[in-house]
Amino acid sequence: MTDKIQAKIIGASKPRIDGPQKLRGEAMYAADHHLPNMAYAYGVFSTVASGTIDHIDLSKAKQMPGVIDIFHHDHFPDLYRTPSSFAQENKVDETRLPFEDGKVYYPGQFVALVVADTFANARAAAYAVKVDYSADAEPIATLSQALERGGEPKTAKSSGHSRGNPDSAYESSTNRIDVTYVTPMETHNPMEMHASTASWENGDLVLYEASQGVIFARNVMAKVFGLAPERVEVRSPFIGSGFGSKLWIWPHAIAAAAASREVGRPVQLVVPRQQMFTTTGHRPPTQQQIRIGADDNGKLTALTHDSINTTSMVDTYVESTGSCTKSLYDCENLRVSHATIGANHGTPTSMRAPGAAPGLFALESAMDEMAEKLNMDPLEFRKANYTERDQSMDLPFSSIHLMEAFDKGAEKFGWAKRDHAVGSMRDGDEIIGWGMAACNWEALKMNCDARVSLRADGTAYASCATQDIGTGTYTIVAQAVSSITGIPLDKIEVELGDSSYPSGPVSGGSWATATTLPAIAEATRSAIEALKSYAIGDGGAFAGAKADDLSFDDGKLSDGDGKSVAYTDVLGQLKLANADGEAHTPGAPQGEYSFRSFGAHFVEVRWDPGISRLRVSRVVSAIDVGQIINEKTSANQVEGAIAMGIGMALFEATEYDERSGLPVNNNYAEYLVPVHADQPDSVDVILLDHPDYAFNEFGARGIGEIGVTGMAAAVANAVHHATGKRIRELPIRLEQLMSA
Amino acid sequence: MRNFEYQKADSVNAAVTAHAGQASSFVAGGTTLLDLVKIDIMQPERVVDVNGLPLYDVEALDDGRLKIGAMVSNTDLAYHPTVVEKYAVLSEALLSGASTSLRNKATTGGNVMQRVRCPYFRDGVSACNKREPGSGCAAIGGHNRSVHAVLGTSEQCIATHPSDMCVAMAAIGAKVLVTGPNGEREIDFLDFHLLPGDSPEKEHALDVDELITHVVLDAPIEGSRSTYLKLRDRASYQFALASSGVIVATEGNTIRDARIALGGVGTKPWRAREAEQALIGEPATEQSFKKAAEIAFKGATPYEHNAFKIPLGQQAIVRSLTHATAARA
Repeated sequence: MTDKIQAKIIGASKPRIDGPQKLRGEAMYAADHHLPNMAYAYGVFSTVASGTIDHIDLSKAKQMPGVIDIFHHDHFPDLYRTPSSFAQENKVDETRLPFEDGKVYYPGQFVALVVADTFANARAAAYAVKVDYSADAEPIATLSQALERGGEPKTAKSSGHSRGNPDSAYESSTNRIDVTYVTPMETHNPMEMHASTASWENGDLVLYEASQGVIFARNVMAKVFGLAPERVEVRSPFIGSGFGSKLWIWPHAIAAAAASREVGRPVQLVVPRQQMFTTTGHRPPTQQQIRIGADDNGKLTALTHDSINTTSMVDTYVESTGSCTKSLYDCENLRVSHATIGANHGTPTSMRAPGAAPGLFALESAMDEMAEKLNMDPLEFRKANYTERDQSMDLPFSSIHLMEAFDKGAEKFGWAKRDHAVGSMRDGDEIIGWGMAACNWEALKMNCDARVSLRADGTAYASCATQDIGTGTYTIVAQAVSSITGIPLDKIEVELGDSSYPSGPVSGGSWATATTLPAIAEATRSAIEALKSYAIGDGGAFAGAKADDLSFDDGKLSDGDGKSVAYTDVLGQLKLANADGEAHTPGAPQGEYSFRSFGAHFVEVRWDPGISRLRVSRVVSAIDVGQIINEKTSANQVEGAIAMGIGMALFEATEYDERSGLPVNNNYAEYLVPVHADQPDSVDVILLDHPDYAFNEFGARGIGEIGVTGMAAAVANAVHHATGKRIRELPIRLEQLMSA
Repeated sequence: MRNFEYQKADSVNAAVTAHAGQASSFVAGGTTLLDLVKIDIMQPERVVDVNGLPLYDVEALDDGRLKIGAMVSNTDLAYHPTVVEKYAVLSEALLSGASTSLRNKATTGGNVMQRVRCPYFRDGVSACNKREPGSGCAAIGGHNRSVHAVLGTSEQCIATHPSDMCVAMAAIGAKVLVTGPNGEREIDFLDFHLLPGDSPEKEHALDVDELITHVVLDAPIEGSRSTYLKLRDRASYQFALASSGVIVATEGNTIRDARIALGGVGTKPWRAREAEQALIGEPATEQSFKKAAEIAFKGATPYEHNAFKIPLGQQAIVRSLTHATAARA
């Protein structure tokens, strides 16, 4: 382990260094690129949920102005599937290629692609394509339909866990609950549409893609087109967020690149909002049975969490809802299991805090139910089952401050003043409810490469093929360089989001920070070593000195004997442009610790029974994610996650018609996400900021996802406290609370 | 978007002349028309642009009525001093609708002409008698929680009229002034929107080529107070699950006059006349309000997912009447 990095710039509250570019409209997103001679593609999307294409009538569309070509399953180049492996860095969730055959597996599937000279002409012609289908009479549109007639669920063996004797321990427990929770399909809905701008030159592909993972995207496109990876470049310097939907390549990117090669022009394809609900992934609906056994002192004696989610008819995606359950609380007898069942939907994918978000809704609701049964304060019940050991891995947590999160959150919120009786707290027409829940997320770290240059003009340059998905990665990379060199942020240029840069991680799983920063730090040190080697060489500022005797601080090389030279002078003296460093850093250390992040949400809701109005009025969240790199962007991540958690609790559900299998609310008006007016009057984020140096030299574990986890349960528990209603199916809608 | 012929009109008469039959559309703010053209649900062959016609004035008439030009934006109308002072229900209704940017574009005439939000109307393929007469109504037996009605429905259509503004106008009472090939005429606001009945494709009383030029609000009821309450899942930017626009005049604690109109629950902006009658002469108490609210939903038809709109609509009436009659500090 290298030294701990404890510079002042680490943890500082800094505005995004890319903010001005975004403010001025200079940040170029995938669909902002309008290349010379570019054509535009627009999809024709299946209007049946399941079936086969009988006939595609192009007669009218082909006559439309500006149409260049129309692709479909009988007119599309032969391509290869990608293996879909995380280890090989070519993972996708939907393995079926677009236009592979005439089968329809879900509504909103690409069935044709019109390429025309303008976007408007492409869209008009797409509307004029007539497709006749033989539709299956009974498509599977929902999880309940799948469970009724979808055949045998498939067990996901690798994500399960069992210890002790969960079933018999449950049966012999003094206090027991057996409850089932249901979460709906949810859709990521980033503001920026999925978009691909593809161009080919001499058989090489350049793809501007709204992507959370340019390396994976490059590798997948290389596999699909049968090319060496060096012949593909994927660029995604800015994306209008993704929430997981832009982690992997979806059919539109392949369709755009293939179309571009076929028509011999650059092609841009923007996925319409309606199809961002169908063909670019979603969080699948889940049904989760939880059984908890506890003794009279509130100690857990058994815990089982058995979950099933829908997947597509062609691929298996497991929503691992039990991923937190297996280690959050102390319990010797425990099982989590996952299964999947097919439905006529596009393939699901990771959505911010996959598994944990629906999983902790279930677990943390169930914990509240058990606390109620035991007549215990729900906070005390959780504390009674606190553990510092990950029993699923039989390893200690590297750093856990959950108790502090509980205590600080409770204190700030005023939890001690809670009257535990249901409906007991009132304010005018409103009944106030207070609920809480724990948060939890795995800390991950991947391999990473990086390059850093110290430049003669007094600036530094850092690059890595990771991405800034709006979270502040550009800024924290600059902070990492600054923490070692003392070069101020405004003199550090950072380039991310291009597969030609040193290989970096997918921006997902909350691992970009813990993965990228150590590589940047290592590359920075390596650049300093290069600088030293120049300095001690002939004609150098410290000619004849030993590299080990030189130190670099605040932009200067010093020899310890009082001589100090600015690095710009060291380079200038030798007429050198820069000193470069590269690095490769490994994934998380294995075998000694379980690395996880923790936290707690405390939520106040207000229920006005006279008009059936429910609002979240106050949130306090205490978050334990190790060292905070940038207080401003970190708090922003948690605040955004709280908003998303409110959406999950109260609004979001992607709905399909049970008869036709067609989506019914695939637009921004009827798929409800929280708006500004839904934000609580007060949101307090407490960042505990205890560095976890066992994990990496910055002590940071990552913060993108944990804020979503537990939030829906905290809201549901508050709703129960206000109304006495235990809502086990999300979203919590007013009609569920209205009935007597 | 399919191509269409575009013509900008420089006078009301020129607009009417340019509008050539069923395949033509007028466009003002475009917040409904352009949306529906983009998703291929409306396919006008000719679009007549009425932006710029001299219909931007709000004029107080000598008889106490208020004449509103069809091109007055929702924002301008909501903040017009006379509307704020004398027609609070209208100002509040306008401001509860859509978003600031939409209200800046949306016009008075266009808002009256809003189309329904039913997903089966908008998906282009499901059975929908509005979009394709005779094809059926997929909303019945389908997803009908949010934008489907319990009042004024038929076996052919159950979509709500989505406007908030129109609910306030229904409460206030108004005339819609229109100009067509045969000259000008006025249509009572309550007769303007049609119940779906057996022909849900016919949504309003305009004849082919007629253009709305003004809405004239009735004079305010002497000594009345009014308010609009919109209930929905999220706090903003959602069509009403149930809304209530009320105007009440009291003498002492007795209700002298009352108007109740409902949104989010009816297939047209819904005036609850019987409920109003039941209030007049009664004391302004919760009991009276509850009784009126019950009467307002007499004969309501719940569908698979929207039965809650009946008690919710009743709550909207009770709370808005409570506000409109509360003692002022």
